[in-house]
Amino acid sequence: MRTWIDIADLSDIPKRGARVVKTALGCVAIFRTDDDRVYAIDDTCPHKQGPLSEGIVHGASVTCPLHNWVFDLETGMAQGEDVGQVATFDIQVLNGRIMLDASRLAARSAA
Amino acid sequence: MTQKLVIIGAGMASGRMLEELFELAPDTYDVTLFGAEPRGNYNRIMLSPVLAGEKCYDDIVTHDAKWYRGHNVNCRFGEAVVKIDRARKQVFSANGVTSYDKLVIATGSASFFIPVAGNDLPGVVGFRDLDDVTAMLTAAQTPAGKAVVIGGGLLGLEAAAALNERGMQVTVLHLMGHLMDRQLDPAAGYLLQQELQSRGIQVVCKAHTKAILGTDQVEAVLMEDGTVHGADLVVMAAGIRPEVRLANDAGLHVERGIVVDDTLLTSDPDVFALGECVEHDRTVYGLVAPLFDMAKVLAQTLMGRPAGFIAPAVSTKLKVTGVDLFSVGDFAEGPEREEIVFRDPGRGIYKRIILRDNQIIGTVMYGDTADSSWLFSKLKSGEDISDIRDTLIFGPAFPVGAPTDPLATIAALPDDAEICGCNGVCKGAIVTAIGKGATDLAALKATTKASASCGSCTGLVEKVLASTLGDTFVIPTAQPICGCTDMTHEDLRRMIKSQRLKTMPAVMQECGWKTSCGCHSCRPALNFYLLAEWPLDYADDAQSRFVNERNHANIQKDGTYSVLPRMWGGMTTPDELRAIADAADKYDVPAVKVTGGQRIDLLGVKKEDLPHMWADLNEAGMVSGHAYSKGLRTVKTCVGTDFCRFGTQDSTGLGIKLEKLLWGSWTPHKVKLAVSGCPRNCAEATCKDLGIICVESGFEISVGGAAGMELKQTEALAKVATEQEAIELTAAFIQLYREHARYLDRAYKWVAKVGLDWVKERVVEDLAERAALCDRFELSQSVYRKDPWAEQATPAFQRDKWSALADLTLEAAE
Ligand code: SRM
Ligand SMILES: Cc1cc2nc3c(=O)[nH]c(=O)nc-3n(C[C@H](O)[C@H](O)[C@H](O)COP(=O)(O)OP(=O)(O)OC[C@H]3O[C@@H](n4cnc5c(N)ncnc54)[C@H](O)[C@@H]3O)c2cc1C
Ligand code: SF4
Ligand code: FES
Repeated sequence: MRTWIDIADLSDIPKRGARVVKTALGCVAIFRTDDDRVYAIDDTCPHKQGPLSEGIVHGASVTCPLHNWVFDLETGMAQGEDVGQVATFDIQVLNGRIMLDASRLAARSAA
Repeated sequence: MTQKLVIIGAGMASGRMLEELFELAPDTYDVTLFGAEPRGNYNRIMLSPVLAGEKCYDDIVTHDAKWYRGHNVNCRFGEAVVKIDRARKQVFSANGVTSYDKLVIATGSASFFIPVAGNDLPGVVGFRDLDDVTAMLTAAQTPAGKAVVIGGGLLGLEAAAALNERGMQVTVLHLMGHLMDRQLDPAAGYLLQQELQSRGIQVVCKAHTKAILGTDQVEAVLMEDGTVHGADLVVMAAGIRPEVRLANDAGLHVERGIVVDDTLLTSDPDVFALGECVEHDRTVYGLVAPLFDMAKVLAQTLMGRPAGFIAPAVSTKLKVTGVDLFSVGDFAEGPEREEIVFRDPGRGIYKRIILRDNQIIGTVMYGDTADSSWLFSKLKSGEDISDIRDTLIFGPAFPVGAPTDPLATIAALPDDAEICGCNGVCKGAIVTAIGKGATDLAALKATTKASASCGSCTGLVEKVLASTLGDTFVIPTAQPICGCTDMTHEDLRRMIKSQRLKTMPAVMQECGWKTSCGCHSCRPALNFYLLAEWPLDYADDAQSRFVNERNHANIQKDGTYSVLPRMWGGMTTPDELRAIADAADKYDVPAVKVTGGQRIDLLGVKKEDLPHMWADLNEAGMVSGHAYSKGLRTVKTCVGTDFCRFGTQDSTGLGIKLEKLLWGSWTPHKVKLAVSGCPRNCAEATCKDLGIICVESGFEISVGGAAGMELKQTEALAKVATEQEAIELTAAFIQLYREHARYLDRAYKWVAKVGLDWVKERVVEDLAERAALCDRFELSQSVYRKDPWAEQATPAFQRDKWSALADLTLEAAE
């Protein structure tokens, strides 16, 4: 079952930008694209733990600030030559509020 | 029995219509012609040359009373029609009532007087008829008279140029952002404005008029922003309005103009209309070409023959002697549109062709309109131009047929065709140089200077090489910035400048970006190019910056940051050191290090601590050291005359002055300077982007050094006698680098590309250019010479940016 948690206002995140949500298991990065789509993925780069929320957002991708791996925000998959994936989380925008599905987070911490 | 035809308005449209009618059948109608003006028909278009003194009234008369009488027209000049009675089929004028069988309304338009106080003062005139011209000429006799022209469109500018010719001091007030905004794009509008200004005409765009001042004669024009322009004459040229009053009163269907169908019939089966007073298919016209088409159609209609008016494409030229300008069709930006642009900055030429589906849909030309009629005919015919697309912009001089081979078109160029505008190098000179052994670009640059300056002709020069050498020369393919575009860095900078692109979406649109919002390679480059070109207009985009520049700190491998305050010229004080030490304690900084740049680095700081730590450091008077930026890093100095027994000048003082001048500026790559007090060079000035070595007789400035991935010694730029000159040369050099280098080229790479001589010419030899570079640098610094932390450390930013959006550590654990 999903548990939607009201996280913040859409306007709290800049377009083509990200902010993080702290969880017991590390940070989840919440991205907002240029056309106002919102994604949530693990903030930690599988390469050398770079903070993905600090990367440059382009289209529905982000480039890791440390060594330029590019991740698809939709799938969490690394693009191009690089191999790796980050966890993705369900998220939606309702009436301008960002809602994150916390059940996965809880499940993750339980696991 | 002959029918009675009454015409209201003895202007250009009715004149032409009568010509056509009498040609078809001289005697079908018994014609009565009313004209409000006390004269026959004249070529209204030529009022501008009359005003300028290039022609006189007699030259421009087309149909005088004699002509009309010769065709048995009953002329009623000087007699305005005041009312139409459609039920009785009569018109009323001062001298009585006249009946008609068929009525033609050709009342033209009237100048639009903007609705501000004082617009009816004596001395405020429109620009529509001979009487207006006479009024203006009278005003022009006032010694040192001042004229204000409201409206920077076709009419306004013709009036302005003419009055300027007549010796008046002319100011043009234009509401929009560039002149002739309906006919020209901003680039051409800009060139036009330059030209008019060079003639002494003052041009103010985005000018909002508030009121016209004066008691019994116009005295001045007051703007919304409070500016006052003195005026002995105000010309209203803010637009024209179709003259529809009679038609309105008579209950005809009127929108913006009198509505007519394709046969030019109004909503009344016996009333026709033509000229500027009509609206056809939601369009009203203000130029004669379509009106003359209407005249033909109406003559046919009146003869009961089938004919229909088809809206034509209308082109514009400005009748100002010495200004060559042409525009036609639709040149707005839009999806599915492509454009071909040619610019020759040296000769002030700009040409732009807009294509859709391989057809020309619009053209703007400035400075050289020789090919305008050729292009216009292609636009009108809707011809598919794919075959000649590559050479279209060069006009019909290029062989039409199948020469999509660009080399064929280059081969066809005459020897005196200019290839390099900056250095005035013609094709012949390049071919000769190739013959003498300059068989690559670098050799050509060195021997002819072609492509050695702005570089925009590089492609052309390479094509000349290829066409001259044949198969032995392979054109190197230009590297696009990234996969989002086919453009090179150089193309892009040129586009931003020439097209006056001031936002990232505009660039991406105009330059055909293949992605929605670029990528991590192109966006930071674009952001820099835009802010370097338009320091006042462009708003820096934090989201297009690499993390370090967005967070104003260097990211470390574990996601923490370093804090590195400026120490001007490497100097510090016990107070600063105490503040740094306090900050290190307060925020638990794991490492404190003296850097290679003569200052102190606090390493391993948590992101959320950054704004607080900086608030403390700001408090102690310290600002960001920009240790993370593609911008000024450090100015290293040695102790110089203050303490050193060998010091020749105040190297520390000069270093501090330079750092205070340059700090905060964004550059293509990082910039490091150093000033040493004598040739022993303790500040290592000869491996910096710019280094200064002080000597007894002055300052030796050298540039293009590096000590990172490549080790390069600087090369001498100039030796100057005074500190002031050293400072100016430095600013000019940095600005030239900012304006021309490609993003992420260190100064040494850029200097190697353009050549040190080219840099010297601009920075050292050309004093005017040096001053202009300094001015442009200072303009940019007026925006960027500030500590980013002054804003970033404020509570608003602390809340919005540095902290986590939410803390779910508890929830998730539950
Ligand atoms: C802190 C410092 C080393 C030190 O502890 O002394 C330093 C640290 C870094 N240097 Fe440096 N450089 C430092 C002085 C130098 C110098 C010496 C100098 O400035 O006098 C050089 C050689 C001179 C030169 O620039 O030509 C130098 C040549 C480089 C280069 C190679 C540049 C090149 O064009 O070849 C890089 C890589 C780059 O910028 O792309 C670099 C990049 C870096 C970066 C920013 C790497 C990065 O992107 O993370 C390092 C940041 C470390 C961190 O986490 O904060 N650093 N670096 C020095 C800071 C000086 C300052 O006060 O601002
Ligand atoms: C200074 C100037 C420069 C121009 N330059 C160009 C150019 O370069 N190229 C171009 O294509 N076009 C140009 N034009 C526009 C062109 O002159 C007009 O499009 C053209 O004259 C319109 O013809 P018309 O017959 O509809 O109106 P007009 O020529 O204006 O004729 C209308 C006549 O009707 C009269 N009238 C109005 N009401 C009444 C009434 N109630 N009773 C009796 N008479 C009445 C008016 O007094 C006027 O004489 C220019 C115009 C001006 C003023
Ligand atoms: S380079 Fe000259 S001025 Fe500088 S410290 Fe050494 S001796 Fe002194
Ligand atoms: S840590 Fe993300 S790319 Fe290396």
